[in-house]
Amino acid sequence: MSKITYNTHDNKVHTIDVQNGLTVMEGAVQNDIPGIDADCGGGMACATCHVYVQEEWWGKLPKKEDGEEDMLDMAYEPNKLSRLSCQIVVSDELDGLVVSIPSKQG
Amino acid sequence: MIKTDTLIIGAGPVGLFCVHQLGIIGLKCEVVDNLDKIGGQCIELYPDKPIYDIPAIPECTGEELTNNLIKQIKAFKTNFHLNERVEEIKKVEKKWITKTNKGTEFESSSIIIAAGVGSFEPRKFPTKEIEKYEGKQILYSIKDKTAFKDKTVVIFGGGDSALDWAIELSNTSKVILVHRRDDFRGMQASIDKANQLKEEGKIEIYTKYQLDSVQGKEIVESINIKHDDKTIKEIKTDYVLGFFGLIMQLGPIAEWGLNLDKKTVPVNTESFETNKEGIFAIGDICSYPGKLKLILSGFHEGALAARGCFKYAKPDEKYRFEFTTSSKTVKDRLGVKQ
Repeated sequence: MSKITYNTHDNKVHTIDVQNGLTVMEGAVQNDIPGIDADCGGGMACATCHVYVQEEWWGKLPKKEDGEEDMLDMAYEPNKLSRLSCQIVVSDELDGLVVSIPSKQG
Repeated sequence: MIKTDTLIIGAGPVGLFCVHQLGIIGLKCEVVDNLDKIGGQCIELYPDKPIYDIPAIPECTGEELTNNLIKQIKAFKTNFHLNERVEEIKKVEKKWITKTNKGTEFESSSIIIAAGVGSFEPRKFPTKEIEKYEGKQILYSIKDKTAFKDKTVVIFGGGDSALDWAIELSNTSKVILVHRRDDFRGMQASIDKANQLKEEGKIEIYTKYQLDSVQGKEIVESINIKHDDKTIKEIKTDYVLGFFGLIMQLGPIAEWGLNLDKKTVPVNTESFETNKEGIFAIGDICSYPGKLKLILSGFHEGALAARGCFKYAKPDEKYRFEFTTSSKTVKDRLGVKQ
């Protein structure tokens, strides 16, 4: 288990224990965190699990695949800290990770 | 008014296989889909990506799966109503009357919703003040390119649609292409062509910029684009085009009085009927205890929903279970030479 913090657009902070091996997207969906739609179910085929990663965590995340960057073109208001949460697998190294969820996903 | 036994909403793999299951039990159906092509997510989101969990097919792409399903239902000569979105449904006596956004009307004894996560709609600009210009000078698709002749057009996006239109419109319009990063994800030939046009001074390209604001009263006069480093650039323009791909939205389905659980429709697992008599839901859009969002689960759901439709289509007949391997009737319906 690792603690993942999701800041939602309504200014609420949700800190959840997410099992290692699940993705940050799955942690949100399974715990009913609002704002992560994950329409394609984690296939890197939409952009509706888009999150902004807290800057200090950015360098600790595994690098983006090309496909993820392509999908982020379609995300709602992407910026340089944007990731698809379905591509971030939770592990001990990410214990404490903080992400913010955009105001909407499309 | 088109009369049929069952109306299927959604031409993805699950809707397609359901056509087969309805067909072999002798029911007619029509299919409506908001996309301009058959195949749903398989064709829109991952036509080239391999799928490994279709039983007895070790590997196939979304496009191959779609083509094989189309082949499998060929004998039923099903009508597909593409580019149409179902807007309204209502019950008149024992029939469901369905109306699309293009005005097509259907009368059927049952409806099967196989709509995935909803209908695909263009992704829009996130900027708030643009709504009043949308559909006029701010567009997400092009119906008549002559409208842009001798005008200034700013195109946003980094994929093939954005590149293709930038190249095409550069013949007759002043084109400015804006993308959020340096890399374009379209075909290399298109990227090369766009860069060549830039060097020849035929189009302008701004990367690491996104739309920041739109100025104008009744009509758009200029837009501001913002660089990653926060600097703003103003561009006078007549049209703004956004090509950010498609997003799925539940849309009008939410208005039909169906029970909803998040964005899914709860069903019973005997026939996949919803809380409305004669309306069934299968595939990603349905939910029940143990639901898996797999194509193979959708096939199973479609097989049972088709049988569930039988009693509404033929209330005086009893449904008889038959195998495709042995039933002469079924083989006839499949057009198999015997």
